[in-house]
Amino acid sequence: MDTGIERTRELPEQITIKTDTRDILAREARYRREKGFADWTIVDVDAHHSEMTSWREITEYLEDPILLHYAREFQSRTGGAPGLSNHMPGLRYQDCGGRVPHQQKLDEPVDDKSVHHDVTLVRRSMEAMGIDYQVLFPGNMLQLGTHPQPNVEAQLSFAYNRWLCERILSTDDRIKTLLYLPLSTPDMCMRIIDEFAEKKGVVGFMVTSVRFNPVHHNSFIPIYRALEERGLPLAFHAGLTWSDEFMKQLDRFISMHAISFVLCNIVHLTNWLVHGMQERFPKLNVLWIESGLAWLDFMMQRLDSEYMMRPSEAPLLKKLPSEYMRDMFYTCQPLETSNMALTEATMKAIDAEKTMLYASDWPHWDFNPPSLIHDLPFLSAQGKRNILGENAMRLFNLPPVKKKVA
Amino acid sequence: MADIFVGKEDEFGDRGRKVIAQGDVEIGVFCLDGKYYAWENRCTHQGGPICQGRILNKVEEALNPDKTSRGLKWSESDVHIVCPWHGFEFNIKTGRHPGNKNVRLKPFDVKVKNGEVYVVV
Repeated sequence: MDTGIERTRELPEQITIKTDTRDILAREARYRREKGFADWTIVDVDAHHSEMTSWREITEYLEDPILLHYAREFQSRTGGAPGLSNHMPGLRYQDCGGRVPHQQKLDEPVDDKSVHHDVTLVRRSMEAMGIDYQVLFPGNMLQLGTHPQPNVEAQLSFAYNRWLCERILSTDDRIKTLLYLPLSTPDMCMRIIDEFAEKKGVVGFMVTSVRFNPVHHNSFIPIYRALEERGLPLAFHAGLTWSDEFMKQLDRFISMHAISFVLCNIVHLTNWLVHGMQERFPKLNVLWIESGLAWLDFMMQRLDSEYMMRPSEAPLLKKLPSEYMRDMFYTCQPLETSNMALTEATMKAIDAEKTMLYASDWPHWDFNPPSLIHDLPFLSAQGKRNILGENAMRLFNLPPVKKKVA
Repeated sequence: MADIFVGKEDEFGDRGRKVIAQGDVEIGVFCLDGKYYAWENRCTHQGGPICQGRILNKVEEALNPDKTSRGLKWSESDVHIVCPWHGFEFNIKTGRHPGNKNVRLKPFDVKVKNGEVYVVV
């Protein structure tokens, strides 16, 4: 006994870890059609898969026979994270006590056996959000830079990179990555660049920002030089840690997450700028990933003010730190929008229409759908297109997309 | 204005709900303490399917008279619906966010006629 105009449908009462990604994100597909940007090119510069669900496969790619032995033995242990990783159990708070199921687990049915399970999940998120290219990163491995055994970081990252290239990137032209560089072991970084730079789907390289390596150290210079010579971008991907002394004072996940994801990139960006890395490698494209936006105007004002008083401590600089910052790239997520006047000011400060890159961070709890960028009231139409895709198309030299709109 | 049939009363248990769609409009109808509440299935944050999230009591922090904390506990009265996209929480009876009174889900009126539950659209 409804209106008789349209049939009423009943929807599932609750979205769970078993819900299909396309159903979780169905509203985003609808918004894209309603808002008229279904034919825009969208590049997602930061999304994740759960590499721990494939950890047994990945560790089989370890070259070191002793570590391989340990990895296999660890698999049979009960409890805890899979062997060799330094995943912190406290970080399982990410799904907020099960409130955000897609962060907890994507446990939906996957029947396609022709490709790796993760490829199917990635394709579903791309379909739902209208994404043409997605840059894929691991999850728990973002903490690997603080592993107490640098050799384990080096060996695991090499194994993961091989696995990713062979099992994931080789199967779909639309899935890309910025491959993991274990900065603590420069020799391995150089080997990874040499062996993987030309692999299908590799559009650059990534350093995890949760680490205690000063990024300007002379031992890392050959890495940056190699990337500049190859014309490949370098990304610093933020992450969280609860293990440094400042973070240990924050006893709620919200507090640690809010600060940790920014603090790591604040430190690395400061070293990068003050030590003149932009002058040393002017053609190296640098991206800062997943620290949000609000930290950037703070950094600009803070560093400019101090630099004006103390230029002798940053003698390689030929212009203000904020000017160098406008020569780099920033992913938008998690975009702070509680005060749109501040959001607009920050975007203006960093010249966001040229320097910002859309990133979903799917399937994490603070993901941003493309419609969030489309709906920002202060961006130009071309600026929205740039942020959602065209800046990344140029940066990664991606082939044009001819979009089919359903 | 039209009355849209949602379900029969006996299909709702306490803390029960149904989520329906007609055309582009999606509405969640909740039964709590014997009363019905209806909200648009669209989170104020980024448009997520709020009514299809988990139903959990509000979390409160208990303080002693001297303002020291006794830690966290479940509210005995306030029940929340949690957006499955990002975790925004809203009181099922008021539709409001616990910390931002200006943020509220879009309400719909509910009618009960002869044991059947309708929303007015």
